[in-house]
Amino acid sequence: MPDQQPDKPNGVPDDANTELSSAFPQTPTLGAMEVEGMLEKEDLTHAPEVSTEAVGVADREVPRSLWQDAWRELRRNPIFIISGILIIFLVIVAIFPGLFDSTSPLQCDLSKSQQGPTSGHPFGFDTQGCDVYARTIYGARASITVGVFATLGTALLGTLLGGLAGFFGGWLDAVVSRIADIFFGIPILLGGLVFLSVIPSRSIWIVVAFIVVLGWPQLARIARGAVITARQQDYVTAARALGAGNSRLMLRHILPNSLAPIIVVATIALGTYISLEATLSYLGVGLKPPTVSWGIDISAAADTFRNAPHMLLFPAGALCITILAFIMLGDAVRDALDPKLR
Amino acid sequence: MAEAQEAAEVAAIEAVMEQKVERGEPILQVRNLEKHFPLTQGILIKKQIGAVKAVDGVSFDLHQGETLGIVGESGCGKSTLAKVLMNLETATAGEVLYKGEDISKVSGRALKAIRRNIQMVFQDPYTSLNPRMTVGDIIGEPFEIHPEVAPKGDRRREVQDLLDVVGLNPEYINRYPHQFSGGQRQRIGIARGLALKPEIIICDEPVSALDVSVQAQVINLLEKLQDEFNLSYMFIAHDLSIVRHISDRVGVMYLGKMVEIGSDEEIYEHPTHPYTQALLSAVPVPDPEGREGRERIILGGDIPSPANPPSGCRFRTRCFKAQEKCAVEEPLLAIPQVFRGQDTPAAHESACHFAEDVDIVGATNGEA
Amino acid sequence: MGIHATEVTADAGRGRTADSEDAPLLQVKNLQVEFRTRDGVAKAVNGVNYSVRAGETLAILGESGSGKSVSSQAVMGILDSPPGFVTGGEIVFKGEDLLKLSSEKRRKIRGTQMAMIFQDALSSLNPVHTVGTQLGEMFRVHRGTSKSEAKKKAVELMERVGIPAAKERVNQYPHQFSGGMRQRIMIAMALALEPDLIIADEPTTALDVTVQAQVMELLADLQAEYNMGLILITHDLGVVADVADKIAVMYAGRIVETAPVHELYKRPAHPYTRGLLDSIPRLDQKGQELYAIKGLPPNLLRIPSGCAFNPRCPMAQEICRTEIPPLHAVTEADGAPIQGRGSACHFWKETIHG
Repeated sequence: MPDQQPDKPNGVPDDANTELSSAFPQTPTLGAMEVEGMLEKEDLTHAPEVSTEAVGVADREVPRSLWQDAWRELRRNPIFIISGILIIFLVIVAIFPGLFDSTSPLQCDLSKSQQGPTSGHPFGFDTQGCDVYARTIYGARASITVGVFATLGTALLGTLLGGLAGFFGGWLDAVVSRIADIFFGIPILLGGLVFLSVIPSRSIWIVVAFIVVLGWPQLARIARGAVITARQQDYVTAARALGAGNSRLMLRHILPNSLAPIIVVATIALGTYISLEATLSYLGVGLKPPTVSWGIDISAAADTFRNAPHMLLFPAGALCITILAFIMLGDAVRDALDPKLR
Repeated sequence: MAEAQEAAEVAAIEAVMEQKVERGEPILQVRNLEKHFPLTQGILIKKQIGAVKAVDGVSFDLHQGETLGIVGESGCGKSTLAKVLMNLETATAGEVLYKGEDISKVSGRALKAIRRNIQMVFQDPYTSLNPRMTVGDIIGEPFEIHPEVAPKGDRRREVQDLLDVVGLNPEYINRYPHQFSGGQRQRIGIARGLALKPEIIICDEPVSALDVSVQAQVINLLEKLQDEFNLSYMFIAHDLSIVRHISDRVGVMYLGKMVEIGSDEEIYEHPTHPYTQALLSAVPVPDPEGREGRERIILGGDIPSPANPPSGCRFRTRCFKAQEKCAVEEPLLAIPQVFRGQDTPAAHESACHFAEDVDIVGATNGEA
Repeated sequence: MGIHATEVTADAGRGRTADSEDAPLLQVKNLQVEFRTRDGVAKAVNGVNYSVRAGETLAILGESGSGKSVSSQAVMGILDSPPGFVTGGEIVFKGEDLLKLSSEKRRKIRGTQMAMIFQDALSSLNPVHTVGTQLGEMFRVHRGTSKSEAKKKAVELMERVGIPAAKERVNQYPHQFSGGMRQRIMIAMALALEPDLIIADEPTTALDVTVQAQVMELLADLQAEYNMGLILITHDLGVVADVADKIAVMYAGRIVETAPVHELYKRPAHPYTRGLLDSIPRLDQKGQELYAIKGLPPNLLRIPSGCAFNPRCPMAQEICRTEIPPLHAVTEADGAPIQGRGSACHFWKETIHG
């Protein structure tokens, strides 16, 4: 009886069918190979059924995609929970600052210049006599907007250019890669000092555009590498053998399998873009008043730090917490998505 | 203009695809096929400094309904051969005649049409299935690419039928590949290859990544499907025992060349090429008794680089029979002079100047 | 779970009893290894017993997940921990229980007294050093030999394992060697300090058949020359038949059958072994249909109750689902003992004697 449905042996619950990678999605240190022989994984000619069946998992299992696995892992990660709550809070603050503050950050009373925290004004006043609490709340908008949109922009542009370069290779790859190298070579602060200082009115969107222009090569490199890796996989060859065209190959096969590293890098970059905005504003080449920004406030407070430290501490603290939240998020996402750790 | 020309091409190919080939008649004829990968130097100005001759003048026929095994060691070009036959790599020279029509140079929609009849099963079940797609999407993809094969409403049922045919539970349709074991994944890969009801399936080491106890299941499945769907297989493997089991005819490759080809009995019981003999004698036999009576030929050295193959006979650097003639004159793949006109199983094509019928495997055949 | 004391060890030996003079080189007793994962404890090795004498080759045969590699990593002391933990048993090497030694002492034993050969020579050799340096290092670190002396020894070793033009090639890097040559270098490294025991984990799996034959022959020659004990871990029934003296077949972390090599192939006493033998196509026979063991190897997180093989076994009865079979001593039909044979099957008699 040769071909009796080998997948449903009597007495074996469906459990035995599923495999290790679903068994240990939450255990990054225990890769699929490790239970049986760390040495068998390299084998090309005889790669034994890398313990999949051996250490299969039980799940009376519903279909679960790798994205769902990653999400399940994220939900179990306390770092993700903490950073997630913080970020949700920050985003709400950025969108609806009025919910948290009844005064306006631009309503200032010079007579209260540099006064410390008092009742009703827990963060005190700045040199212009503006309420620091209000400015800290309203400053979130600039930071989050720059962070989110700069990230979206770099990710889209980087993925597009890097992805095309990786997929088509040849001269397109050479051209894109060289251009990316050129932009990559520009020190971002120096670039900011040179380019942004010549633009007189710098809105949030100018700063976002600047970051996108100088930031896309980082994402393009990641995307190109991920696409090249995915392009060489057998499932892409298999799709080509079925007659799939380039757009199907890219959209159905290569892109979904290249997204993970792009998302990881982009999330981590988000935090650095926020700090970059603050740095540029601090240096006087970023946002300009009347836009409310933590960077501007930190810059203004630096001169008077000894007399009125509260002016510096509150916006700087808010900035730190925001950056930390996004970097923690990036870390958690990487742990959940990075195939090397799974 | 180009449109019309392409449409005509497709129509011509489809007419060829319609033709029926009698069982045992050649369905695929490979003639002097070559695939050279250029070796280049320099980053900006690329200069060709040589070529890796992965496949270097290979000719053979694949008959309708048969399994042709291709064996050889790593680097012999067998996987490249599969890719060229699948048109995944363009041939450098030579012809691939499918029912008499050269398909090695077609492209575009005509090529897409041919793919319905020639499909492939891959070696590694872990990398050959897209991890982000469900099993239903993977097996259903052929229908999306070739919508004319199955109307939209029928596709789900077709996919479930295919799962059933390869011995998987049709309810698994919404699962993802990582929820399956290697053997089950290979079944999914086979189902995908079957979806378009091809005539020819090229199997590139389809069981070598599987555990021993699972290999047999997959081999039996392939044999069952061949009978059921009247398939012709080209079965590429490095495991000579498995190839013997499944093949009707066997070709042996060495360094980009076919060195010997014949029926399984001719190759396994009457090998005349020294490389085939060495290969057979090196196969570990799972039987300590049978093993002790066997002669072993242990080859010295390693396979030379395909970028710089030896002159004359390519095997001569490792051959225990090599003589001066071997270095200057390349032996052609033909029935050797000594056996020509004789009615013996040794009279099959072998590319050796000093072909000789040696029984390597031993006389255990038939008993035990 | 109740680990039955095994009634025979995997000791096919030469019909001698283990008195002090003749004690085996290595004796593994009731070894247990588990992997602690977030999804539960995977019992990779569940009470394994075997022994190896000087000059003897023990083959441990099993599929992936059987615990064959894990058990030998525990012997070498190179188990990744965490997640792997040795949770019980003894590993007696030259009369000393290795599990009781300090990690420093165990490190000293590795390389000098026991050595390991891995499947993938390329990733086991350091790509940034020449093979000469890597071979010579063994002598310099463990023996304190001078640099030039170490190099001379390296060349000698390379010649010994059959690498042509050793004098020139000693200064080359691992990637400049072919797969077979690299495996020879691995063997040379393992041999460098003339250990008493070598563990070879799938040493030829990554190689082509013609090269496989060369490497196995070399290994067998060297073993005889130095009178070493050899543990050969493999999934390939063919390779085993060539070189092993005795075989232990593993399934789901247990040894299910032990036998001298000829015995095992002639008349297997465990349905799993029999299924494996029947399911491999033979070069010298052309069968119509292959026997296939149904189902899949078990999940180590949920090993079936009773005999782990019962869901796949054609002979399974009620008892197989409830009781773990001990390793029964296998005898002839008339009750005469067979040296070194054991089968962990409730129905070994039916299996071997029909």
